[in-house]
Amino acid sequence: MTEKKAFQKVYTKLTRITKATCSVKATGAGYDELALVNGRLAQVVKIIGDEVTLQIFSGTEGVPTNAELIFLGRAPSLKVDDDLAGRFLNAYGEPIDGGPALSGKDREIGGPSVNPVRRMQPSQLIATGIAGIDLNNTLVTGQKIPFFADPDQPFNQVMATVALRAEADKIILGGMGLSNDDYLYYKNVFENAGALERIIAFINTTENPPVERLLVPDMTLTAAEYFAVEKREKVLVLLTDMTLYADALAIVSNRMDQIPSKDNMPGSLYSDLAKIYEKAVQFPDGGSITIIAVTSLSGGDITHAIPDNTGYITEGQLFLRRDTEIGKVIVDPFRSLSRLKQLVIGKQTREDHSQVMNSAIRLYADAANAKTKLENGFELSDYDERTLRYAREYSEKLLAIDVNIDVNTMLDTCWMLFGKFFSKEETAIKNDLVKKYWPEQPVK
Amino acid sequence: MLTKGKVHGIIANLVIVNVYGPVSQNEICLISHDNTKLMAEVIKVSRDQAFVQVFESTRGLRVGSDVEFTGSMLEATLGPGILSRKYDGLQNDLDKLEGVFLKKGEYNFPLNEDEKWEFTPVVEAGNMVEAGSWLGEVIENWLPHKIMVPFKFSGSYNLKWIADKGFYRISEVIAVLTDESGKQYDVTMVQKWPVKLPVKAYKNKTRPFRIMETGVRVIDTLNPMTEGGTGFIPGPFGCGKTVLQHALSRQADTDMVIIAACGERANEVVEIFKEFPELIDTRTGRKLIERTTIIANTSNMPVAAREASVYTAMTIAEYYRSMGLKILLLADSTSRWAQALREMSNRMEELPGPDAFPMDLPAIISNYYSRAGYVELVNGSTGSITFIGTVSPAGGNLKEPVTESTKKAARCFYALSQQRSDSKRYPAIDPIESYSKYLEYDEVIEYISANISSHWHENVTRARDVLMRGREAHEQINILGDDGVPIDYHIRFWKSEVIDFVILQQDAFDKIDCVTPLERQKYMLDKVLEINDTEMKFSSFEETASWFKKVINLYKQMNYSPFESEKFNSYQKELDKMLKDISEI
Repeated sequence: MTEKKAFQKVYTKLTRITKATCSVKATGAGYDELALVNGRLAQVVKIIGDEVTLQIFSGTEGVPTNAELIFLGRAPSLKVDDDLAGRFLNAYGEPIDGGPALSGKDREIGGPSVNPVRRMQPSQLIATGIAGIDLNNTLVTGQKIPFFADPDQPFNQVMATVALRAEADKIILGGMGLSNDDYLYYKNVFENAGALERIIAFINTTENPPVERLLVPDMTLTAAEYFAVEKREKVLVLLTDMTLYADALAIVSNRMDQIPSKDNMPGSLYSDLAKIYEKAVQFPDGGSITIIAVTSLSGGDITHAIPDNTGYITEGQLFLRRDTEIGKVIVDPFRSLSRLKQLVIGKQTREDHSQVMNSAIRLYADAANAKTKLENGFELSDYDERTLRYAREYSEKLLAIDVNIDVNTMLDTCWMLFGKFFSKEETAIKNDLVKKYWPEQPVK
Repeated sequence: MLTKGKVHGIIANLVIVNVYGPVSQNEICLISHDNTKLMAEVIKVSRDQAFVQVFESTRGLRVGSDVEFTGSMLEATLGPGILSRKYDGLQNDLDKLEGVFLKKGEYNFPLNEDEKWEFTPVVEAGNMVEAGSWLGEVIENWLPHKIMVPFKFSGSYNLKWIADKGFYRISEVIAVLTDESGKQYDVTMVQKWPVKLPVKAYKNKTRPFRIMETGVRVIDTLNPMTEGGTGFIPGPFGCGKTVLQHALSRQADTDMVIIAACGERANEVVEIFKEFPELIDTRTGRKLIERTTIIANTSNMPVAAREASVYTAMTIAEYYRSMGLKILLLADSTSRWAQALREMSNRMEELPGPDAFPMDLPAIISNYYSRAGYVELVNGSTGSITFIGTVSPAGGNLKEPVTESTKKAARCFYALSQQRSDSKRYPAIDPIESYSKYLEYDEVIEYISANISSHWHENVTRARDVLMRGREAHEQINILGDDGVPIDYHIRFWKSEVIDFVILQQDAFDKIDCVTPLERQKYMLDKVLEINDTEMKFSSFEETASWFKKVINLYKQMNYSPFESEKFNSYQKELDKMLKDISEI
């Protein structure tokens, strides 16, 4: 960071230094304003009288008490214009791809919220070809939804697949604490798909200081707002991994001596996360921001403060699970949920979508019960046996993440499975629909 | 002379102000910042410093900025024109704000100052009046909106003059009152009331007795809500809290619905904005939006205004209740409001209570719930505020402080269960965990006997018992295996499943099933209990299951058909036959 203007007042006496912050006697600093401390970027987090406390993003290691401190007179910002497309940037919005410096107009990040009465109701289906998503948990533009996944699950691969199939005008990746390998994976996948000109990435890897991550979501969403508002584009934002973002929040709040609430997270975690996720929006004139995020779990525990607060904010969540029966990763139909699916199911998709989806899942649940019975050493009824055979095929033909078919084919596949394994009553679907879609020749 | 001050410190949205004069707790002040003024509320005073919470982002604010105190607390502006409006937590009219994005420091007047209302006086000059007395009436949308003596007036007054029938703007004087000493007071159609204080302009508060029909079977049949009652819906995310609240706001038998969207998703509010102007209230034939006011302070809007939003909503509810109306107030979610309190308490470095929430959280919650209720007004007519809040327990754990504090304050408990939700049994209200204290009220039992049926109360208790016995049988089956228990256990279990599938579960997205009038609920409960009372024998548990599955399927088809339609009756016939056949074996 080199940014110095003539006649700026330089402070050279720090009164306090902690692991992440430093304080200085100064007047005229604005809240949230940026400063440079010996060239390191810092931001004002507290002002009491003439003592200003700043958080230094890259950490305070080696910062001396006589460091040069210059206030920049502005909040963190990003240079936005059409040339952002195709660029890979760091958490400060500076190029890391060897390309030229950004030349666009400075725009403050973390800008104001959309007036709720100006929002449009999300209504455009996003097709991904994955039945665990399109059939059971349909995504809609303007939605925000995370993958809740354990670190060993292939969430980055699934997210990249979804991003590329989703037909977005721009895909903006916010990588927080991304391993260098995963960063290169994303880069390669996008390159190989020939999609680089649609991609913008803000990358903070594990090699960068954790506090820098705090800038990534706002940078990402500021770029997204530029394309969605001014260019009326369909923007898909990928945020991975939000758990590491929240961890960085906890570090800062801890060093600010704040009283932690549940799981040592700051009491403001809900609002902090909501400010990010609520940037997902369908604008009135066609542009939209859709957010797909990753919240990594520890041992599948969704009651931890991070996934818990996330679940209350986002419009559903997607769970991945390895189905040992078929040896593939599936989108878990029980725990996954897309809250906005009702806006498109049966409206942009076929009339039988809702009932078929519910019955298919209910029968799959019956299979899970049968499996428990089996494991407990009980005998299975004929119905139990049939649900088990059904579950295997349902999992293989529909839930597996390597499936790539359209929604009607998914529905037809369900009807085929119903006909193969069950009687009409057992599906408990409205008679009108059964009459219309029940397969005439049961498949043997 | 209003007090002035200067900004001394800034920690996020907590600002410390050096004050040069008297200030009061909860007084509103305005902080000058870049040509705008940011509204803030005093939450603590220490020597000559006031700690204020700013209802906006403080980005860019500097030490030394000017602060003006206003001399009043946060007040709601009450008058004709509130109905159908969409406000933020500070009662700014969201439709009047320009641009797609919210701008810092932009506030507006919540009513229309130019609109003329046709005022009809209802009392004559010379009468004695007091706070809350009806002076006249204007028609707002369709609602007879009473113009009252402002709630701030204490004692009795002589009505010296009242305007003739005619068209007036809200700011025009429509009555003149004189007090004992002969001092005169002008009354207009608009008044202000500090949102944090309850409106007490009524004679007394009585116990609720009348059932408030919601069309949701698991509520009306098993855990009824009353007019003027309180209830809360706790549940982990994804259990259908919001769907349930929306169903209540659409279907409840009430004059007016006020929705406080407090710290929740913006898209959920958008859904209401989009659907309510289109949906028809079947009872009145009017659009739902015509009876609804929305206070939206979504999760990305300023945190401090969340607290304000629930109080603003309650104050508006109290205002309309004073007109003799039935109000349903919904707040989603009170946990977000509690979290806003926690954030602030934390910044003020107060000693924390459990989970870092402020120590007085239970008191704050119970004070708030106590503002609901069924009241007898000063003129003898009645009005009610029914309040239902949602709670978002951290980690789905019902032992957390907000849920526990709310449980002490609310009379109905609608527990959403993760397990029911996972098996897609919606609405996921757990029939055994949930309760309505109103079922124990003699007044309510009496009302039910007189208005629904004399057996109703008894039937409801029986249905609960069947569910309980069914759950026990199910546990036994799970432990001992299908073959390990007598077939009676299976029958008992399946009898409870019939109630579960037919009464408890309801498809909120089906046009017919989504709302069930009380009369139909009574019919269905009788029918289901008929099955329960039938002695039956099966040769195997498989046979039991398949017979009951058929029964359930037929009942579900009935639920999807219009009441007493041809289809409905034909399913009924088929069921009757099945029942006859089985009881003859």
